[in-house]
Amino acid sequence: MATYNLKINGKSLQVDVDPNTPMLWVLRDHLDLVGTKFGCGIAQCGACTVHMDGNAVRSCQLPVSAVESSEITTIEGLSEEGDHPVQKAWIEHDVPQCGYCQAGQIMSAAALLKSNPSPSDADIENAMNGNICRCGTYTRIKAAVKTASQNL
Amino acid sequence: MKSANTKINRRSFLKVSALAGGGMVLSFSWLAGCKPTAKEMLAMPKEWFELNSYIKIGDNGLITLFSPNPEFGSNVKTSMPMLIAEELDVDWKNVMVEQADFYPERYDRQFTGGSQGIRQGWVPMRTAGATARALLVAAAAQTWSVPSSEITTSNGEISHAESGKKAGYGEMASLAAKMEIPEDIALKEIKDFKIIGNSKKNVDGKNIVTGKPMYALDKKVEGMKYAAIVHPPAFGMKLKSFDKESVSGMSGIIDAFSINLFKDDYRRNFFDTTTFPEIIAIVGNSTWEVMQAKKNLKAEWEEAPKTEFMAAGFGGNATEVTIPAGLENTSSHKARMAEYINKPGNVLRRDGDPEGQFKNAHKVIERTYSAPFLAHNTMEPMNAFADVKGDKAEIYGPTQAPDLIRGTIEQALGIPKENIQINLARMGGGFGRRAYSHHLVEAALISQKIQAPVKMVYTREDDMSAGVYRPTYSATYRAALDENNNLLAFHVKAGGIPESPLHANRFPAGAIDNYLAEGWDIPSNITIGAFRAPRSNFIAGAEQSFLDELAEEMGKDPIEFRLELLKRAETDPVGENNDYVPARYAGVLEMVRDKSNWKSPQANVHRGVSAYFCHNSYVAEVVDTVVKDNQPVVENVYAAVDCGIVVNPDAAANMGEGAIVDGIGNAYFGEMAFENGAPTKTNFDKYRMIRHKEAPKKIEVHFVQNNEDPTGLGEPLFPPVFAALANSLYKATGKRYYEQPFAPQLEMQNLKM
Repeated sequence: MATYNLKINGKSLQVDVDPNTPMLWVLRDHLDLVGTKFGCGIAQCGACTVHMDGNAVRSCQLPVSAVESSEITTIEGLSEEGDHPVQKAWIEHDVPQCGYCQAGQIMSAAALLKSNPSPSDADIENAMNGNICRCGTYTRIKAAVKTASQNL
Repeated sequence: MKSANTKINRRSFLKVSALAGGGMVLSFSWLAGCKPTAKEMLAMPKEWFELNSYIKIGDNGLITLFSPNPEFGSNVKTSMPMLIAEELDVDWKNVMVEQADFYPERYDRQFTGGSQGIRQGWVPMRTAGATARALLVAAAAQTWSVPSSEITTSNGEISHAESGKKAGYGEMASLAAKMEIPEDIALKEIKDFKIIGNSKKNVDGKNIVTGKPMYALDKKVEGMKYAAIVHPPAFGMKLKSFDKESVSGMSGIIDAFSINLFKDDYRRNFFDTTTFPEIIAIVGNSTWEVMQAKKNLKAEWEEAPKTEFMAAGFGGNATEVTIPAGLENTSSHKARMAEYINKPGNVLRRDGDPEGQFKNAHKVIERTYSAPFLAHNTMEPMNAFADVKGDKAEIYGPTQAPDLIRGTIEQALGIPKENIQINLARMGGGFGRRAYSHHLVEAALISQKIQAPVKMVYTREDDMSAGVYRPTYSATYRAALDENNNLLAFHVKAGGIPESPLHANRFPAGAIDNYLAEGWDIPSNITIGAFRAPRSNFIAGAEQSFLDELAEEMGKDPIEFRLELLKRAETDPVGENNDYVPARYAGVLEMVRDKSNWKSPQANVHRGVSAYFCHNSYVAEVVDTVVKDNQPVVENVYAAVDCGIVVNPDAAANMGEGAIVDGIGNAYFGEMAFENGAPTKTNFDKYRMIRHKEAPKKIEVHFVQNNEDPTGLGEPLFPPVFAALANSLYKATGKRYYEQPFAPQLEMQNLKM
């Protein structure tokens, strides 16, 4: 066990956990930030995507000891009022079905638009390919990313 | 005017306020902001009045509707309340929706599966709304001393034209809640619908995009422990012993023990499909710690003997179940299924003299199609929360079928049903998998053992390797042609491990004079169950691929060929019990022909068509494939759907799009295999799922406009797409695809997948 001072969603938070504990479980079990989802545990599905210093990372493969002073943003911290352009576009296109993967999809999309505000179809497919949607909302996700890109 | 008798569904109208739970957690999802503002808090009613099991009205006119069915992504939590709101005659903006808990005393059918939510809720939901409206009208009539018949309602307001009196629903709710429930209730004319047929956003949309806790996996209470499970490594094996010391002393580990889901004298029900009745549970202080301990646990396994027991059948009749012993292999499955190409099956339907016609045929075409086991792979792995203390149990879990697991929980815990409360979590996908809810029983047994609340979660590996899979199937189709290429006879022989996928009375039965259908099955100890459009999800692809090849052999356009057969079935049907309406079947084919501009595809586009009827609905689909950079790309999919009245059109289209993506993904990649009883794929690194790059670039879902009562939607768009894809790939590559998944064969043709 070791103590970590983490910067999450703009707040300083402290946890006392095993250094190998993935951020996914630090967030979910220790900090009650359950919007980040567990899907596969091997960085193959993207359900656990968060931002580390603005980049999309899979939190199931990110040990808490590797985070150090990096800023972590989760779906809960993407916007104050749930009004990030990506979140708004997701509502406008009524994207979710079961909804379970969508936090990860939204975090991947937000990171994409930060680095590439006007992505092409191929850019979107490449950036989002690590996020599985078992319900198959891919066409709506793509449309929503485009809408969000126009409203940044 | 349609009328519904409230007697048929009386229990839904009982005013059982005691059960409603005092501290309602109000959802603000319908409001603009994420958190309720001070103004919004002021807008909350001081008091709620329950008009029936589905409806509460606040003194200020706010409406709470309870959505009875479990939500797994088909959006029933929006569309079922829309039915209530329509007849209640309220402004959707003033409606809040809450997930009802499992209350069989209050609700009739809290089951999500078989695409039946809207179809079977169509009359009861509307009747609930209309009944409450009638109570409000009666309350106003009494208050104003005017006849009910002179009172009108609109958008949550009650008016009496002659006297000019007006009142909001909130003002009359208190009195309405005390009025006598009328026996006969008039339902609206279709032309008067204001909400049904107008797209409404997902009521949980805001909660989803902001990451609010909604799933069982998100549940946490004070003092809650975490649990992981360890199950046998292969089908056909069972627990022999385990070494508790191998995990005791590990960080955060509290206990490890085995649990058994079934008591010896328990008679299992039809949905007690349990992969491994005895498993090991590891309990600890966090998910990560129990998952670490899982890797360390030392256990010995042994081969399970053949087991035989009586189980309650689907309709309640007892059936004898035999689970064979042995460690099974995909290679031997394939060999045993192939034997049936030349072996007779059980005759399920015979029209005319098919055997005679085949003997005299000028030409016989014979093709065999097959598909592997499939894992459901819901994004949220199986999990459940349970809090069992003494003789009381509270369970919160992802289940499509709480009613089918309550008895199993009762026997496992030895706690009477009335002391077991099952609350319904939003599910991270279902696809049939969560109709088998033994994860709830497992969590309950673990909690009972430690007498503390617990959240049990499967790893992805557990979820994929302890599946209730879609069976593996095979079908051989034969057609007899004369020298002029006229169709003389048709023969289908289809089976699987462990069930046949055949629906002997479906198209093209009824359209061909000489028709033979045979089924067969091979027993197995690999657990199988419902998977989006069970059986149809294979047989549609086989049948519609064969019809495509047959049409080509006969020199006919594939749509025109199907329409000719349907014309025959409509005007002069062969045999009896044909379970489809030919005109509606033809309707979707004609619609997809028009919408896709079938005869004039764009340059370099390779098209395939397919149509199927299941879950009471008709669907035709056209898939357009192009080959770009040596890679097949689905450029466009057109779907034409006849599912009667469409309640929530945009959400309906979304589900259709998802079913099409799901079908293309499984046709290309879906496959579970077994070696010595062990699943060969246990996570998404090996089990390939369709991703963004492989999804169609565009999907158009078109609905036939009619006034038929609504029918199924979640499943019917799934089965036909397998053949529409295969038929378009044939056009693109010149090769027919008989064996799912298609991707390995396409790669053999040096195409990139």
